[in-house]
Amino acid sequence: MDLDEIREAFAFFDGWEDKYRFVIDLGKDLAHLDDAHKTPANLVRGCQSQVWLLTELRGGRMRFAIDSDAQIVRGLIAIILTVFQDRTPDEVRTFDIEGLFAELELIKHLTPTRGNGLRAMVARIHQEAERAAA
Amino acid sequence: MAPSLDISGDFPILARQVNGHPLTYLDSAATTQKPRVVIDAIRHYYERCNANVHRAAHALAEEATAAMEDARAKVAALIGAGDAQELIFTRGTTEGINLVAACLTGRFGPGDEVLITEMEHHSNIVPWQLLCQRTGAALTACRVTPTGEIDLEDFHAKLGPRTKLLAIGHVSNALGTVNPVAEMIDAAHRQGALVLIDGAQAVQHLDVDVGRLGCDFYAFSAHKLFGPTGIGALYGKAALLEELPPYQGGGEMIEHVSIEHTTYNQLPYKFEAGTPNIAGAIGFGAAVDYLGGLPLHALREREASLVNQAISHLKQIPGVQMVGEFRERVSVVSFLVDGGHPHDFGTLLDQQGIAVRTGHHCAMPLMERLGIPGTIRASFALYNSATDVERLVAGVEKAIEFV
Repeated sequence: MDLDEIREAFAFFDGWEDKYRFVIDLGKDLAHLDDAHKTPANLVRGCQSQVWLLTELRGGRMRFAIDSDAQIVRGLIAIILTVFQDRTPDEVRTFDIEGLFAELELIKHLTPTRGNGLRAMVARIHQEAERAAA
Repeated sequence: MAPSLDISGDFPILARQVNGHPLTYLDSAATTQKPRVVIDAIRHYYERCNANVHRAAHALAEEATAAMEDARAKVAALIGAGDAQELIFTRGTTEGINLVAACLTGRFGPGDEVLITEMEHHSNIVPWQLLCQRTGAALTACRVTPTGEIDLEDFHAKLGPRTKLLAIGHVSNALGTVNPVAEMIDAAHRQGALVLIDGAQAVQHLDVDVGRLGCDFYAFSAHKLFGPTGIGALYGKAALLEELPPYQGGGEMIEHVSIEHTTYNQLPYKFEAGTPNIAGAIGFGAAVDYLGGLPLHALREREASLVNQAISHLKQIPGVQMVGEFRERVSVVSFLVDGGHPHDFGTLLDQQGIAVRTGHHCAMPLMERLGIPGTIRASFALYNSATDVERLVAGVEKAIEFV
């Protein structure tokens, strides 16, 4: 599913139930990381849920493999990957992910509470992109 | 006529809507909501008698000082402290524990032990780790059983002549277990150890009497007792407090200062450097007054019956597992749902206006011992009602459809 399809789906939602069912379903389609990759080095710690993140740069494009122990977070990761996966480091670091989450009315998941590790994950993706672009 | 047990109208915030639903506030173990009288007391202080305390001769300063010391006396009486000078105002439970850890530093060295339990909140673990790093003492934790109680056999095995301090929570913030602190205090004293009780989760739900308990220190927070954030209290036995060095240096805590030497103020001011949280202290006093005016016994009974109702209803939902099964519990219902992460439930309940806490509840060693990543925690206070239980149960049932 690409970003346009996600936007279209969000436009038709009638209330929180449709939206969160959709997000959770997106998460169900996200590939799981092998336990071997769930190492402390790959862990992005959140107070309530954990996220594991692997990055590589191949042919000038960034590849991410990301997983979480929480289903809603997995769904949000799936949304984030539609705009970050296979993009150049410059595209990744300049994309306004907060703007997108505000538009989809999911911004509370990116606010700096001791929340879900998602904000820390986005920060780490940006760091990786900065490093790759340097 | 029996007084009404519905006090929710005293708490302005409980009338608000969240995500289009009436607020169902079940996160009182994190912080309680504040009654109008507490909010008014703080506003009244700033509007009518704001001045610095204990210094000036003018009328406002006298009124502010009297109000603050009046609050101290009320808070001291609430926990059965015989003398208000044994009641130090702090920023909260965490600062109270850190104060004791800092001031006891000189009494510890290699070979000494601090004994805690695996059930402690991080704020009753980390200050002792820091103390041990400073002094070469060792930190030991007694085990928690799979049902969420302190393993008393392990406690008695680990308590010994090396134990110089026992630091335990009165009530577990993550599970709601009421710990047998009286028995543990007596055992520790027989070994010559000092005892600190973390009372953060206890004071709202239990009658605390530090005189009867006999503990050396008792730390708690106003904000879990209908009072404001940023203020708490540490009780300490007067003779012990007299012996300890000061915590921080500054104004208020001194009697006389020269460049070469300072003599310290009397108790409790010796431990209260700097301008205190005057408004907070007054709000704390107002919260204690508020509690005093409630039919507390009947309200606590009702709260306990709501907790039991929540447990029995949640247990009937397929896939729900309660975390912690024990004889004595207050306020807290901690649970898990098969196949769902606590964080998912936190989000899905929030969408329905239901505020619960999810995660490890700042008790990671306890979660590790129980072999779980965290829990979904609903915690009750005196203002909750049967409607809140119904909404929680319906909310969990709905959330389960999603995951």
